Amino acid sequence: MKSLEELQKIKERALERRRLSAENARVRIVVAMGTCGIAAGARDTMKALLDEIERKQLADVVVTQTGCIGLCEYEPIVQVKVGDEEMVTYGKIDAARAGRIIEEHIVKGTPVAEWVVK
Amino acid sequence: MVYRAHILICAHPQCLDKGASEVEAELLKQLEAQGLKDEVQVVEVDGLGRPHQGPEMVIYPEGTHYVGLSPEVIPHIVEEHLLKGRPVLAMTYKEPPSEPLEAPAAKEVRVVLRNVGKIDPDNIEDYIAEDGYMALAKVLSEMTPQQVIDEVLRSGLRGRGGAGFPTGRKWAFAASAPGDVKYVVCNGDEGDPGAFMNRRVLEGDPHAVLEGMAIAAYAIGAHQGYIYVRAEYPIAVRTLRLAIQQAREYGLLGKNILGSGFDFDVEVRMGAGAFVCGEETALMASIEGKRGMPRTRPPFPAVSGLWGKPTNINNVETYANVPQIILKGAAWFASMGTEKSKGTKTFAIAGKVKRTGLIEVPLGITLREIVYDVGGGILNDKKFKAVQTGGPMGGCIPEQYLDTPVDYETLGQLGSIMGSGGFVVMDEDTCMVDIARFFMEFTQDESCGKCVPCRVGTRRMLEILNDICAGKGKPGDIEELERLAEYIRKGSLCGLGQGAPNPVLSTLKYFREEYEAHIYEKRCPAKVCRALIEYKIDAAACIGCTRCARNCPVNAISGTVKQPHVIDPEVCIRCGICQQVCPVNAVHVE
Repeated sequence: MKSLEELQKIKERALERRRLSAENARVRIVVAMGTCGIAAGARDTMKALLDEIERKQLADVVVTQTGCIGLCEYEPIVQVKVGDEEMVTYGKIDAARAGRIIEEHIVKGTPVAEWVVK
Repeated sequence: MVYRAHILICAHPQCLDKGASEVEAELLKQLEAQGLKDEVQVVEVDGLGRPHQGPEMVIYPEGTHYVGLSPEVIPHIVEEHLLKGRPVLAMTYKEPPSEPLEAPAAKEVRVVLRNVGKIDPDNIEDYIAEDGYMALAKVLSEMTPQQVIDEVLRSGLRGRGGAGFPTGRKWAFAASAPGDVKYVVCNGDEGDPGAFMNRRVLEGDPHAVLEGMAIAAYAIGAHQGYIYVRAEYPIAVRTLRLAIQQAREYGLLGKNILGSGFDFDVEVRMGAGAFVCGEETALMASIEGKRGMPRTRPPFPAVSGLWGKPTNINNVETYANVPQIILKGAAWFASMGTEKSKGTKTFAIAGKVKRTGLIEVPLGITLREIVYDVGGGILNDKKFKAVQTGGPMGGCIPEQYLDTPVDYETLGQLGSIMGSGGFVVMDEDTCMVDIARFFMEFTQDESCGKCVPCRVGTRRMLEILNDICAGKGKPGDIEELERLAEYIRKGSLCGLGQGAPNPVLSTLKYFREEYEAHIYEKRCPAKVCRALIEYKIDAAACIGCTRCARNCPVNAISGTVKQPHVIDPEVCIRCGICQQVCPVNAVHVE
């Protein structure tokens, strides 16, 4: 990169990509993968989510990662954003709980209320 | 012998109390009767995780977890599960409905952590989309180094590593120091027990730190930076290295950044985890490959630092603040905080609060707000006793100062320090002498040994504290502690030694009566120090069920059935099992 203009362009491209991904992917799942998350099993959670998405062949779901959101006690933390709805934050989502989130929240559209961090 | 199945049966006191021994006896009897004795191995273990629903056992290889067992159900389980291979699902452990999960109240203000937990740290474009590297671009295209320093100075930003030295002034010193080779160093050697603020930034928003360092480098005229991180933060190291690589690919590190002609690159250096390497001169020695030991200052790093060259060294959190200050302006930053302490601070809340975790709050918030509003109050609604800020070099602050606004000066006046942001909350069940002993054990262990008062003095203090907790305290101990504390503070080169006595001095200041109770009355008011407590059975309440005697690991309890039992204090090891298993709460601590 050789200039400020170019940096601006990359920023616009990144924002555009985000917007497109929001349009194309109906659902965005974010797994917190800081040390606290990984120590609590976030890698297994991530794998379980990806396996379940693969098994159900959900083409409109993207899974990304992020750092620690500050609620280390509730790790592994998984955030789900469906369309324009508000982001839902789930706590203590181990691999065994991943399936129910995919089934109830992402396929059927009803968040699993008992695991939501309020 | 190869077993077909293994059964782990719980021998936790709570399970024993509910009849685990009888369950095990019946199990062995049934295995024998069914001819499975040689095929199934039974192992007693201390706890399978659900003792409150015990007696419990787990049958492998299936891993079926049975709870709420009684001798009556054993024949059925043995027959169904072990003979016919059908687990008895009705008796297995089921996950209870989750307890409600609550996030901290909205007292948080995120500057340093604005992107952490939002962006993907492994994707530089995610950072750029959030105005990442725009501050660096602004600095390189519109500002002179002096203007950058002035802006940081005006913002009032102070060192977030704990000492609180004005960042702008530090930069100005390094900028004006003669020399054509200069360095910037990022101190990520986070070592306070229970503190992990810097790790969170390094893992969650690594580019913010790189950008802050690049701006500092431009301001002082450096072209090489080093980030010093402990090897015990492998994910932070991995994330940083990836971030550096991506920044190089995008031309945001390396030669001629953004076409400005300014060159800057960064390397990660790993430390082996010596606490003293968080001290700046020891850290730089460690980067140079030498033994991590502090040296005398002056000369300060700004004049003679890494390899004898002028060096600017700041903490992770300090650098992460810089891009925001450049983008939003010094006035915006200075609008947060108190008169002398501007901006926000991250804290790792730990200890006896309902919500532990990492927070970022504006400086000037009161201790009470942090404990009760952000932390959710004391666990199990116990009484607040003290909060320890600043890690092992900090002090304990008692309840009467809970309404103190948090800034560098006020915490110092209370005998504590801001430190890097450790925040340990203690409740009424905490023994303050024991806490002081814990921290002294830490600093004694981590003293590098260069300064005699620190090396020998902390050991002497620890010995006295050990004696006091062991019931061997004697008149004059408190005065001796105070005398040693003064010597160590005055005679040590670095913050480790100078701060080492703080936990003792602050607890002596606010909880002197606890020391006196230990020494003169041989009593631990919080009932923590084992040598000073005694388990006793209330003869009037004891029903003579023999449970305590049967479960005592050292056979310290005697008595006959239906008669009150007695604990022999000479034999008792104060493990507390008798108190846990007593069905009528007849055991108490004195």
